[in-house]
Amino acid sequence: MQTDLDTVLSANRIDKVFPGAKALNHVDFSLRRGEVHALLGENGAGKSTLVKCLTGAYHRDGGTILLDGVEIDPRDTLDAQRLGIGTVYQEVNLLPNLSVAENLFLGRQPRRFGLIDTGAVNRKARALLAEYDLDIDVTAGLDSFSVAIQQVIAIARAVDVSGKVLILDEPTASLDAHEVAMLFRVVRRLKARGLGIIFITHFLEQVYEITDRVTILRNGQLVGTRDTASLERRDLIAMMLGRELAAEVHDEAGASKTVDGPVRFQFRDFGRKGRINPFNLDVKAGEVIGIAGLLGSGRTETAEVMFGARRADSGTATIDGQAADLSSPRAAIRQKFGFCPEDRKTDGIIGDLSVRENIALALQARRGWARPIPRAEQDRLAAEYIKALDIRTTDAEKPIRLLSGGNQQKAILARWLATNPDFLILDEPTRGIDVGAHAEIIRLIETLCEKGMSLIVISSEIEELVVYSHRVIVLRDHEHVAELTAAEITTESIVNTIAGTAKTPDQISAAAGAAAGEIA
Amino acid sequence: MKFMKALSCATVLAGCVFSSASAADMTVGFSQIGSESGWRAAETTVTKQEAEKRGIDLKFADAQQKQENQIKALRSFIAQGVDAIFVAPVVATGWDEVLGEAKDASIPVILLDRTVDADKSLYMTAVTSDLVHEGNVAGKWLVDTTAGKPCNVVELQGTTGSSPAIDRKKGFEEALKGHDNLKIVRSQTGDFTRTKGKEVMESFLKAENGGKNICALYAHNDDMAVGAIQAIKEAGLKPGKDILVVSIDAVPDIFKAMAAGEANATVELTPNMAGPAFDALAAFKKDGKEPPKWIQTESKLYTQADDPQKVYDAKKGLGY
Amino acid sequence: MSMLGLYGKRLLPQFIALAIILGLVSIAFPGFFNLQIQNGRLYGSLIDILNRGAPVALLAIGMTVVIATKGIDLSVGAVMAICGAVAASTITAGYSLPATLLITVGVGLLCGLWNGILVAILDIQPIIATLVLMVAGRGIAQMVTNGAILTFNDEGLIFIGSGSLFGLPMPVVIWITAGILVALLVRRTALGMLIEAVGVNRRASTLSGVSTPVLLIAAYVLSGLCASVAGIIAAADIRGADANNAGLWLELDAILAVVIGGTSLLGGRFSIAASLLGAMIIQSINTGILLSGFPPEFNLIIKAAIIVFILVLQSPKLQGTLAFLSRSNSTPKPAESKAK
Repeated sequence: MQTDLDTVLSANRIDKVFPGAKALNHVDFSLRRGEVHALLGENGAGKSTLVKCLTGAYHRDGGTILLDGVEIDPRDTLDAQRLGIGTVYQEVNLLPNLSVAENLFLGRQPRRFGLIDTGAVNRKARALLAEYDLDIDVTAGLDSFSVAIQQVIAIARAVDVSGKVLILDEPTASLDAHEVAMLFRVVRRLKARGLGIIFITHFLEQVYEITDRVTILRNGQLVGTRDTASLERRDLIAMMLGRELAAEVHDEAGASKTVDGPVRFQFRDFGRKGRINPFNLDVKAGEVIGIAGLLGSGRTETAEVMFGARRADSGTATIDGQAADLSSPRAAIRQKFGFCPEDRKTDGIIGDLSVRENIALALQARRGWARPIPRAEQDRLAAEYIKALDIRTTDAEKPIRLLSGGNQQKAILARWLATNPDFLILDEPTRGIDVGAHAEIIRLIETLCEKGMSLIVISSEIEELVVYSHRVIVLRDHEHVAELTAAEITTESIVNTIAGTAKTPDQISAAAGAAAGEIA
Repeated sequence: MKFMKALSCATVLAGCVFSSASAADMTVGFSQIGSESGWRAAETTVTKQEAEKRGIDLKFADAQQKQENQIKALRSFIAQGVDAIFVAPVVATGWDEVLGEAKDASIPVILLDRTVDADKSLYMTAVTSDLVHEGNVAGKWLVDTTAGKPCNVVELQGTTGSSPAIDRKKGFEEALKGHDNLKIVRSQTGDFTRTKGKEVMESFLKAENGGKNICALYAHNDDMAVGAIQAIKEAGLKPGKDILVVSIDAVPDIFKAMAAGEANATVELTPNMAGPAFDALAAFKKDGKEPPKWIQTESKLYTQADDPQKVYDAKKGLGY
Repeated sequence: MSMLGLYGKRLLPQFIALAIILGLVSIAFPGFFNLQIQNGRLYGSLIDILNRGAPVALLAIGMTVVIATKGIDLSVGAVMAICGAVAASTITAGYSLPATLLITVGVGLLCGLWNGILVAILDIQPIIATLVLMVAGRGIAQMVTNGAILTFNDEGLIFIGSGSLFGLPMPVVIWITAGILVALLVRRTALGMLIEAVGVNRRASTLSGVSTPVLLIAAYVLSGLCASVAGIIAAADIRGADANNAGLWLELDAILAVVIGGTSLLGGRFSIAASLLGAMIIQSINTGILLSGFPPEFNLIIKAAIIVFILVLQSPKLQGTLAFLSRSNSTPKPAESKAK
């Protein structure tokens, strides 16, 4: 690989082998001073592995790394930091119970007479954060600030410690539009200072907004490095997927659909005080109801009361005209309900258990402990869904926490599909997963409703809702404010309905933009 | 002393009135540690009996193993203006202040069963047994019984580092000095409990050729001996015959074993600490005679010749 | 076949530790492995280990399940004392042996139910919830016995502590049976998997329809049951209920047994067999120390040193370091097993 004078970091022919899989195969990568360089690829393409090799978290099995033209071999992330490569992760890896200043200078506090000079620490912390236009109380605990602020603090620390290369691993995954904008201001400033920045994200919109070049990996191989400005979005997706899947999904958009047949699930005045105002909802078999609204509008709360995760304190639910008990998840499951929650990590996966056990869990819970699913049957179930949903795992006995986000999501879906539900609630099923898995999940939603399953899909990606919803419920301030059907279901009308009352316009465009960004 | 009394009469009128009363209607406050062992329960019972026998009004406070409870109880006794305070201190240190308060109020304090690390002037006397002497009595019995025949002894110690364990071991070893026929071959802690006594004895038996090498067992308390006796029986040997058993404390259950011929001797740690204390107090109240700073209780040796069944019946009601 | 192989691999570190300890003891005490038949039962130091380890083994069974749910039961030692006291006072009050056992086990179940309700329904942290009974329990036991050692002469009850069946002491028969029963119960039904699921992620399990409160309560009830049986054995062994000392600190030994058995205190994957091996490892150390004839002042230091050694051997960090060392000695090799 050619190296020009501007190159701060270059990696040549990096190899990394895991038992049973070649995670990186002769991958080249170069980063210039003063550029933001996106690292893209589906989950499992090798992005994280490459970053971990660069930062010494993994020991590469082959290839060389040059920093400022000098060959380096970081032993671990600390070593990489000392050499000049700092990393900030999506889950901020600072200490939440220490103060901001302590976090910034942990392990390198200015000392006086052998004791930590708290005054100096705080002074230096304020000065450091001033460079980022951050005027906050540095003596306050880190956890008293939002994730975005914490992220900037983490960046400030990383840059202060390392100063040559900054790696941002999905920094925007849990930020809202304002926060993303703030973060990007920081990134641009660091870029101007001449730092080389590696930016990993799933949001293509952000790739186009902030990056200069992109490097795309697929299945551990380098697909190519391009200037962002001259790369068509469609081509970019094609490079990532190796197939024109994005177009396939998109073509169905706007096709107005209606479902005939009787109402199966009926909610009347259903609600819970302080969480979601009473609402009415009728759902037919084979119908997909999209739920749209801003974060905190009552989307997740709607799902929770329907599934009994929080007991409804008003109204009734009937199934085929019969009163239905939905007072707890167990009760709802008995009514053949299923629920894929938004927060996979805390509400979805059982991290230490195997993929097989995670898939069998809900079915097993419904059968009761005394009637175990025979091991052979579990193996069959797992194999079936691993194949059907294309869950990427070396085998069914792998602990699920080792899988990538998209594959975890698919395994949770499999858990519910194994119970053969009539009514499936999906809360943000495509959040934080790569484009390939994303398209597959959208296709799956369509297949399931064709089979007669009723689905409730909550998503902040409005274009996605437009693709598969028969109807879209719009929420605002804990209230179901509108129901859009057939031809009314367009991105524009949904955004307008969400905007209904005075909402800051950029929040809405951000929501729409995020949606557009991910699906493209 | 007379001067002190007069002074306190002037300042604390109530105390003066009480101290001039006769022994019969004396009020004594007793701060007991708790009821952590059978012996402790028996001490409580006997103290109450001894008070009743003398017509003394005993105010009883159970500290439940906490010094702060004892200090509270002592302050409450002082406030009530009792004639004397008995205390079985749960720990040795931290008593100076409250004992000083009692002294200021001219209320004599008598320590029962244990002593404290405080200036001797802060209490009138301490009634305790001599732990070293107890071990010595047990050792002497073994020396006399074996009468020069070679004998391997195993020892079940009390809780490692506790003063009864240290002193009872010391006294026993002193008694054995110069009697080369007696040899302590194994010594382990049984934590003063039956369970550990049994467990440790089992290992002694295994380690000493199935017990054939052992001629006598010395246990620092009866409970361990009772556990060990069971282990000896389960090993197919006859305790009391194949292996002599001598222990300390004289709790009822060891008399049952002695009656059955399974234990040979025990040295009494009398639960009657209060009797000598009341006697000393009465003498002091009568003619102002200060007792010595330490009143040693009798360490009586019981053997199978002492009609153990009768002793058992007498002791069983004391709450052991 | 592969299942058996997997199982063997899971228990391998415990078996190795046990073998090393037994080997060391036999060096210090040559007659260690001698076994003979006496009074119709096996007799020897190995049997002593199995026999003396019975209370901790029983406690470890319940403790394993509780710890698998990400809980902990500090009250088991106190429950042992309560149940021993209840057994002794019921039998001396003239109740029949079956009635005594039924009442005692019932009391143990109640204690477990109490803990379970505090943890599962009132959502109190397990360490605090069970601390309540740990502190109060010994007081309750003392109230039952009036602070004295309550002795009994019922041959039936004594048989549980020092009788023998199939040539083995009764306590050994009981804990092995209990271990097998519980292991079968959790592994032949779905209980094991559901308990592990609750332990790893209680919220996600509830959302998947697992009846979390019922499972949690069941785990503590099982622990209470095991503690009551251990309490009966401890009392029967010395023919008396010693409220002050029965089961004292055994909760810590039971937790240690579970930890040595490789079950994480963070809940999740558990193995009853491994915990039972852990209990035997602890008892082997205890018995080994007694047999070796060291002065008692060294008991705790020796025990602690051996346990630290075992735990260090099991530590993932050390294993990682060893793997790293072997890797850096040779040329770089694929050995990265932890992805995240």
